[in-house]
Amino acid sequence: MPKDHGIGASSKRREDVRFLTGKGTYTDDMNIAGQTYAVMVRSSVAHGRIVSVGTSAAEGMPGVLAVFTGEDFAAVGGNPAGWLINSRDGTPMREPKRPVLAHGKVRHVGDAYAAVIAETYQQAKDAAQAIADASVIEELPAVVNMAEAVANASNRVHDEIPDNLCFDWGWIEDNRAKVDAAIKSAPHVTTLELVNNRLVPNAMEPRASIGEYFPGTGDYKLTTTSQNPHLTRLLVAAFVMGIPENKLQVVAPDVGGGFGSKIYHYGEEALVLAAAKKLARPVRWTAERSESFLTDAHGRDHVTKIELASDKEGNFIAFRTETLANVGAYLSNFSTATPTFLHGTLMSGPYKVPNVYVNVKTVFTNTAPVDAYRGAGRPEATYSLERVIDKMCRELGLDPFEVRRKNLLTPDQFPYQSPVGLMYDTGNYQATLDKVCEMADVAGFEKRRAASAAKGKLRGMGLSTWIEACGIAPSNLVGVLGSRVGLYDAATVRVNATGNLSVMVGAHSHGQGHETVFAQIVADKLGVPESSVEIVHGDTARIPFGMGSYGSRSLAVCGTAMDKALDKIIAKGKKIAAHMLEAAEGDITFGDGKFSVAGTDKAKTFGEIAFSAYVPHNYPLETLEPGLEETAFYDPANFTYPAGAYICEVEVDEGTGKVDVVAFHCADDFGNIMNPMIVEGQVHGGVGQGIGQALCEFTTYDENGQLLTGSYMDYAMPRAEDVPFYNVDYSCQTPCTHNPLGVKGCGEAGAIGSPPAVVNAVIDALQRGGHTHVTHIDMPVSPSRVWTAMNA
Amino acid sequence: MHNFDFVKPASIADAVKAMGHDGAQALSGGQTLIPTMKQRLAAPTVLVSLTGISEMKGVCMGEGGLHIGAATPHAVVAAEAGAVYPALAALAAGIGDPAVRSKGTIGGSLANNDPAACYPSAVLASGATVVTNRRKIAADDYFQGMFTTALDEGEIITEVVFPIPQKAAYVKFNQPASRFALTGVFVAKYPGGVRVAVTGASASGVFRWAEAEAALSANFAAGAIAGLTVDASGMIGDLHGTQAYRANLVKVLTGRAVTAAG
Amino acid sequence: MTKVSMTVNGRAVSAETEGRTLLSAYLREGLRLTGTHVGCDTSQCGACVVHVDGKPVKSCTVFAQDVAGADVRTIEGMANADGSLGVIQQAFQDHHGLQCGFCTPGMVMSAAALLAENPKPTEHEVRHYLEGNICRCTGYHNIVKAVMAASGQDVSALAAE
Ligand SMILES: Cc1cc2nc3c(=O)[nH]c(=O)nc-3n(C[C@H](O)[C@H](O)[C@H](O)COP(=O)(O)OP(=O)(O)OC[C@H]3O[C@@H](n4cnc5c(N)ncnc54)[C@H](O)[C@@H]3O)c2cc1C
Ligand code: FES
Ligand code: FES
Repeated sequence: MPKDHGIGASSKRREDVRFLTGKGTYTDDMNIAGQTYAVMVRSSVAHGRIVSVGTSAAEGMPGVLAVFTGEDFAAVGGNPAGWLINSRDGTPMREPKRPVLAHGKVRHVGDAYAAVIAETYQQAKDAAQAIADASVIEELPAVVNMAEAVANASNRVHDEIPDNLCFDWGWIEDNRAKVDAAIKSAPHVTTLELVNNRLVPNAMEPRASIGEYFPGTGDYKLTTTSQNPHLTRLLVAAFVMGIPENKLQVVAPDVGGGFGSKIYHYGEEALVLAAAKKLARPVRWTAERSESFLTDAHGRDHVTKIELASDKEGNFIAFRTETLANVGAYLSNFSTATPTFLHGTLMSGPYKVPNVYVNVKTVFTNTAPVDAYRGAGRPEATYSLERVIDKMCRELGLDPFEVRRKNLLTPDQFPYQSPVGLMYDTGNYQATLDKVCEMADVAGFEKRRAASAAKGKLRGMGLSTWIEACGIAPSNLVGVLGSRVGLYDAATVRVNATGNLSVMVGAHSHGQGHETVFAQIVADKLGVPESSVEIVHGDTARIPFGMGSYGSRSLAVCGTAMDKALDKIIAKGKKIAAHMLEAAEGDITFGDGKFSVAGTDKAKTFGEIAFSAYVPHNYPLETLEPGLEETAFYDPANFTYPAGAYICEVEVDEGTGKVDVVAFHCADDFGNIMNPMIVEGQVHGGVGQGIGQALCEFTTYDENGQLLTGSYMDYAMPRAEDVPFYNVDYSCQTPCTHNPLGVKGCGEAGAIGSPPAVVNAVIDALQRGGHTHVTHIDMPVSPSRVWTAMNA
Repeated sequence: MHNFDFVKPASIADAVKAMGHDGAQALSGGQTLIPTMKQRLAAPTVLVSLTGISEMKGVCMGEGGLHIGAATPHAVVAAEAGAVYPALAALAAGIGDPAVRSKGTIGGSLANNDPAACYPSAVLASGATVVTNRRKIAADDYFQGMFTTALDEGEIITEVVFPIPQKAAYVKFNQPASRFALTGVFVAKYPGGVRVAVTGASASGVFRWAEAEAALSANFAAGAIAGLTVDASGMIGDLHGTQAYRANLVKVLTGRAVTAAG
Repeated sequence: MTKVSMTVNGRAVSAETEGRTLLSAYLREGLRLTGTHVGCDTSQCGACVVHVDGKPVKSCTVFAQDVAGADVRTIEGMANADGSLGVIQQAFQDHHGLQCGFCTPGMVMSAAALLAENPKPTEHEVRHYLEGNICRCTGYHNIVKAVMAASGQDVSALAAE
């Protein structure tokens, strides 16, 4: 019998009711008395010197209240990078200033250099157009292509950075000589050059921010589409605006998806705050989708050469990669961590391979900033590995299933110190591989291929295995590695006098269902109904300082903090119970919502204890504070390491090159599962995005830095018709060893494991169909590219 | 979007009058014009809605074939044209998505003449007649390159008349993002011969593939075009397909359309 | 400014409009029915789908003045009379057909239009009908499943929950 409540139950989501009835409250849904509208004036050129900003054009236009330019923010700080990375030679990365509004130069199409506030949106829009028309921007040659950016030192995104290089990172530099030697002497080396295509995250809710200022108190309030309100507050307060942290409330209400793009602080957030203060009125800004395309932080965009050295039997000896990673025009908050510590550290995958070396050169270009997007660095690492392994198998005539199987780490090897710096705590990679083979009926493939052939289609099967490091930690280690923030999380459990609970968490839900799942955990642990638990998130005035949600960290980090706060509640409850039951504290046990004296039938319910804590008439006041509210901060000892194996089957139409994903199987190990329904949903969503990356999504700038894929007319989002039902399994569970829930994180899995499975399947289909010259096609494997490859 | 005055006449005569205003533009389903206005690429001062004109709506058989009012939404054509012209109904059913089909109209599509639009191929392959408030325009004279037509300033398409073919089919290959036709081919067999019209592929808009028409008029079978090649030089090459790819699609889809037409 | 009246979710309403006021803005700003979302500016995402005289339309791509007098239904009008979730809404909750909820109003309205036209759609028909509704969160699996379940079909075989 599946559980019907608590941990492990597929509890239905309580948040759904408001979303399904149109009663959600997303930022743009808010309506605040006296509100005004901001519209940004954005550069239409990729690179240019701002000669003059035509602010006077807006003067006297109807409804215009204020105009801001870069000048207005020259005195305040800039939006910083969250990680300081050192180059191989030990020099620190180049970190150009990222102002609220561009000043001096514009550096990508969409870079805002002015903003207008008006009584209505249309008035602000009209005035912004007038300013843009009246501004003089001297266009400079654009730096677009990464290889050219590095080679052509005269053309600079930032005048002070001669080679457009942010850093040249080696991981691990001490491995380098050994890896070079291993590759040199290896019996076989497979080389693959590939592109990890640039993606636009495209959360369906465009970014939006509302600034308010309360002159009476000097308080500010920012309502914004954020995955992590405290991080935004910290950045705005400490770095950008200098507003005292205790004078700034940041609220991230219902947020319509993030996928990384809403982790970061963006200039519009600072602008609406500054404008709200100046006008003493609320100022709102909502991106149009075309602005989202131009200014949301993009994802991926790596050009990589990977070499795999092996013996003739396919035993891995070494991996070596060289990558150019695009950061765009400015450093977005996590942009320097994504291609480095979220990428290089995963470059040994789930495999036993002694020698690994990763080199990443991170390059400035006149394009939108690039940062973490679902998976962040790990999809890039996985894709490189899984593609080159398939290529090696083909070169050596080996079976891709067998090669992976024999190179996977075995269960007895944990904990395992990888050659690229991680300590995998647990895993059973054979189990997920076996499971996925069973799910996919690998043995029956030939029959399915014949059936496809009878319809005139080529059929192929692709495998990939993947591993991820979630819940980046611990803070003292990441500090050494250059992180400028801590990576703990926090939760406050407030038991109210009447026995129901308000649980304030640092994690933020923008689709993940925390309001339901976190309540399940609380209910399970305290033996109270789920309905008596309210999860509060997204408001710095109500929750403890937490780092929000990204990198599949919510449960593993914040969930653990909550678990620890619950332990404290139980411990205090025992003290209260001991007093009330006149027993020794050590004799009190807690279970099923009751504090009992061991071996007796004397007990107090959780509700009775809560009441007594707030109405402490019969209470040990001399030794114990009244009230029942506990906070815990939790800084994990290690990452968590979910892993899995995916199989994709495709059909290819030889006439048109169109690829249909006809089956997709996922066997994942996420450790313990709190809510199976939600876990499946997370995998579905990730796989959907991964199929999107593999089949249809790409982001292209022309040589002048104009975004050619700037709307859904040209940026192909996967639709319902482009994907199949997914076959998802999470029964292979090796619980995380260092968090009490034993959870590992499932949010990014699908987006990590799926792209190589799709591309491997396509290449397999072409090979089996006789197109044996096709050994690689860069993503997206669109109809045109597949057809062109077949007919090359 | 710039502001404008909105008028909604109830007759063609009133619409023609309203179109006489400076800066007036017709609005039919709005599925092209409204996104264009949002981008500020069109800025009419008077918008003349055609959707309240009942004489411009509907699907019926009449002189010369199937008459479709210019303001008839795609969904209505999809639902009502099937009995007499199934290929045309199927084409309408494949335009955009259901919400687009509720509003978008044949007249708007033809007036716009997007090089990737579906209807132009049906009109050209059927040798249909585009009827306006002023005249009747033969399909072969109507399309004059991408986004360009024989319509004069202020001229309103009122209906389109399609001769009914013996056999016909439209095969569309979606552009992956917009879902317009990356290439679409409409094949129609009439007693006088076969007409093949191609949309989405050519830099000069919808066109007739004469060699295929000749080959298929002689032998209406997919194999009849096997020996033909399509010159890639005039094709559109863009992010979603090279010129050679589109040339290939023209041929592949033509063959499939012939097979589908049966 | 022109006053535009229509019926929204069975209620007679009116609000001031400019010529350029889109139906989506009329609903969201004029009537403060913010369940209808705006996710794009090129008429593709479908977050804004509502029914006008029983037909699905993208409310971001129709002017309010063009639908004066129409009968409009939005996500706010989809619950049962007693306030409980309607059949499609309930199926979306039961089958986890939403995550962030942003695409959901448009999805539900499109699904309702589909089921009105085709009470027992196949998987392929559901996927095809939803071509104009983009969801970034769910990978569509549970949306398709929810729509099929709402049509009374047994979806238990379509992978476990
Ligand atoms: C998401 C999406 C997907 C689409 N997919 C497709 C597709 O797959 N295939 C396809 O073919 N189309 C597609 N379209 C376009 C759609 O078919 C439009 O409806 C059509 O192109 C324009 O018709 P309309 O009635 O909406 O015209 P409007 O947008 O109202 O008008 C378009 C132009 O025609 C003029 N006009 C309108 N009616 C007349 C008339 N009677 N006489 C003279 N001038 C007139 C207008 O002034 C305007 O310049 C898609 C649109 C969208 C938004
Ligand atoms: S908002 Fe209407 S289609 Fe995107
Ligand atoms: S649920 Fe988030 S976009 Fe669909």
